[in-house]
Amino acid sequence: MLRMTGISKAFGSTRALIEVDLDVRPGEVHALVGENGAGKSTLMKVLSGALQADAGRMRLEGKAYAPRGPLDARAAGVAMIYQELSLAPDLSVEENVLLGVEPTAFGFVRRHHMRRQVEEALRLLHHGDIRPGARVGDLSIGAQQLVEVARALAAKARVVVMDEPTSSLSQADTEVLFEVIRTLRDSGVSVIYISHFLEEVRAVADRFTVLRDGRAVGTGVVASTPTAEIIHLMVGRELAEMYHRTPHEIGEPVLDLSSLTGRKIPRNADLVLCRGEVLGIAGLIGSGRTELARAVFGLDEVVSGRVRVDGVSTTGWKPPRMLKRGVGYLSEDRKTEGLAENLTVLDNLTLSRLKPYVSFGLLSRSRAREAAGRWIRRLGIRTLGPDQPITGLSGGNQQKVALARLLHQEADVLLLDEPTRGIDVGSKADIYTLIGELAANNKAILWISSYLPELLGVCDTLAVMHRGCLSEKRPVSEWTPDAIMHVATGGDTVGSEAAAPAQPEPAAPAAGHAPQGNAIDGRDPSADEEAGP
Amino acid sequence: MTRGPSPDLIPPDLVQSSKTTVHRRAMNVLGPMLGLILVVFVGGVAEGVREGSLNYWSPQNQCLILTQTVTVALGAIGMTLVIISAGIDLSAGSLIALTAVASAWVVREFAPSDDATLSGQAAVWIPLLAVLVGIAVGTLAGATNGLLITRLKLAPFIITLGMMSFARGATEGIANMQRIDAPLNWIADFTAANLRVFHLNLHTAFPLPLLGQVRIDWVGPVAISAAVLVTGLLAVAAGVLLGRMRLGRHIFAIGSNEATARLCGIAVERTKCIVYALAGATFGLAGVTDFGRLSVGDPSTAMGKELDIIAAVVIGGGSLNGGSGSLFGSLIGALLVAHLRNLCVHLGLPTYVQKMVVGAVIIVAVAVNHLRERQKD
Repeated sequence: MLRMTGISKAFGSTRALIEVDLDVRPGEVHALVGENGAGKSTLMKVLSGALQADAGRMRLEGKAYAPRGPLDARAAGVAMIYQELSLAPDLSVEENVLLGVEPTAFGFVRRHHMRRQVEEALRLLHHGDIRPGARVGDLSIGAQQLVEVARALAAKARVVVMDEPTSSLSQADTEVLFEVIRTLRDSGVSVIYISHFLEEVRAVADRFTVLRDGRAVGTGVVASTPTAEIIHLMVGRELAEMYHRTPHEIGEPVLDLSSLTGRKIPRNADLVLCRGEVLGIAGLIGSGRTELARAVFGLDEVVSGRVRVDGVSTTGWKPPRMLKRGVGYLSEDRKTEGLAENLTVLDNLTLSRLKPYVSFGLLSRSRAREAAGRWIRRLGIRTLGPDQPITGLSGGNQQKVALARLLHQEADVLLLDEPTRGIDVGSKADIYTLIGELAANNKAILWISSYLPELLGVCDTLAVMHRGCLSEKRPVSEWTPDAIMHVATGGDTVGSEAAAPAQPEPAAPAAGHAPQGNAIDGRDPSADEEAGP
Repeated sequence: MTRGPSPDLIPPDLVQSSKTTVHRRAMNVLGPMLGLILVVFVGGVAEGVREGSLNYWSPQNQCLILTQTVTVALGAIGMTLVIISAGIDLSAGSLIALTAVASAWVVREFAPSDDATLSGQAAVWIPLLAVLVGIAVGTLAGATNGLLITRLKLAPFIITLGMMSFARGATEGIANMQRIDAPLNWIADFTAANLRVFHLNLHTAFPLPLLGQVRIDWVGPVAISAAVLVTGLLAVAAGVLLGRMRLGRHIFAIGSNEATARLCGIAVERTKCIVYALAGATFGLAGVTDFGRLSVGDPSTAMGKELDIIAAVVIGGGSLNGGSGSLFGSLIGALLVAHLRNLCVHLGLPTYVQKMVVGAVIIVAVAVNHLRERQKD
């Protein structure tokens, strides 16, 4: 279907792509994996015409293919579905699906034509339940993603590229999307699937190609390749090192929630977090995990219940006071909330605690820069220096800056909301190590994540949220992915006796890959070497 | 873990009905409408209490307000397009003045004699030419805004701020810092309330509970101007453009998510240019009505009118972030502002109170809109 041969692309002296070959067959789901910066997006930009390759050729359905821009690519049958949804929220589903290619007569939109075409596309996706007239902004993220796919279908795409499509989807929405991908595949469309999540690749892809440092380092059939081997190709590093634990002891309680209730969610959350403890909160997106952290931190209103830090009631305190008390919050939304996008690394790092660098009301930039430099080294942040704009850093390194800010403001209780979302494997490993070290330094860590393997691999204890209710926390060894999903999807009354105990049966293939087992059993804190790349 | 989309795994909101959509649309229109009704009701009662009369409610006065709203309403039609596309046009007031003076200039220069009125064939074609020139000048200035915004890739706020000052200066230049006196012509008739709907003579007084004795002097013809009708027709046409035509939907798409619009092959730059040119055209027409109302080309007219116009659109549900707004809402917004001003006159309040009241109402209206949006989330 699509064959890219010898694609090279350089930006100045950086060689982003070096003679990459990619061969996608008709009606297959081809996973493109690799760390951030491996060249996946550059390759896809070449495919979509957003960038022109320096060398190499592309053939689409046997014909030479050289798009001059995204429109050209779309006309040739190559559709991109981006990580950040590219929909107009104020328009209806049908208008979004046919945006730019509306059927018209004398400049008037032919609504009934439009509706028929869109209903057809949605039916093909087995989602006739989405109303074409609904405003896209009113739909869930999952349904919005389906609208994007429908747009690709309506454009008669032969090759659909999905770039991290599940990064903002809940587990259930992801399953729906996978089913849609299979439907696409069965109708002869080729799907190029880019993801950081190897279990997703395993669940949905037929073949894979691994990119590392701008080169295609391996390709093969997913079913016959062990996950460990794929990871090895991606990072050139052994799997067991991913979830690396620093020995730490759980100390006395520091954060105590009693029947904490927000405006809608959370509902009656009880929780005790101790020093030196890494406590994971699992649950579906929208189950109230973020709202719980925000309520604790004073960002959202607490309707009833109590928050205590070190025995002092902090209920209803605003964030500045919580910060002083040693509680820090890392937002799940790095882009709009976590970081100030047009400021430098230095500014972002020191934003919440400038006091040490101020004398007589004036800020000493050199002293702040020095301190920032120390944090950059301490966390292994890859940056040109403290004065580099934050946007110049990769997602993983941006996240490390956000984490460094929490540490810089000397937080003892860290509320981390999806700290590893959308960042590359190497940075993830760094963050896991860092979290272990923080726990060893007696910090208390509340870690919200949708990625079960990392929760099971890194946390000491774990609780699950479902529709605003928080289950009892239990040692992580008592949980399995099945048990977590059971509670998260409301299979049982949350907190009841039946919910948690580990089920004897092995983990389902989608979620169960090697590291969990390793991490759960391998609690012995061996291998002390740095896991970063 | 369940594999595949077993029905219980599909989150309920995925199967979303379009109920909220319908509800939102209805509320966007009903909200400002209710606001207007509230103002009219409370205003009438206030007049009754304060002045012992109910003349604010008279059909004559209501029609007068309609006629007074024309300039702002015309401007709001164009501004609605601009704001939906996530833009802003601060030059509206200056362009109204520029086109008013330009039309006055045309009438004066082409008038065959120094008579106070035009006569013969000239009485038809000279004003017509003035109207066309006014609209053309507005369109050109608007297109210039659009070109500068898209070519220089600068914020509409900056470009139109520049145009606001530039156009005002040009206006004063053309007028030589003076009013341009032009012979009387049909443009004045066009904007005068001389289309009689019916005649009403109601002269009475009666006691009301709480209010006491209340006077009613509803005397004289109930009439509107032709400009009101033209404004209404233009609003309907623009509504069809926005709601039913490809261009209109593209304007919404651009305001809602410009990157997406570009990705989907919409000619974003061209569409924006068209939007600002159309807006300029409506400001041109508004300028012509301003000239008609004053019968002279006053270079200092419509000072700050852009704020009234923007206020009308925003009260009517337009969002400065783009992607939302409706023509009907904007017209209601324009009426609301006009009602407030008229009401203050009827209540005998000084102009400074007028200004404060209008300012407060803008904030309240937008805050209510915002609250409604937030409640939905």
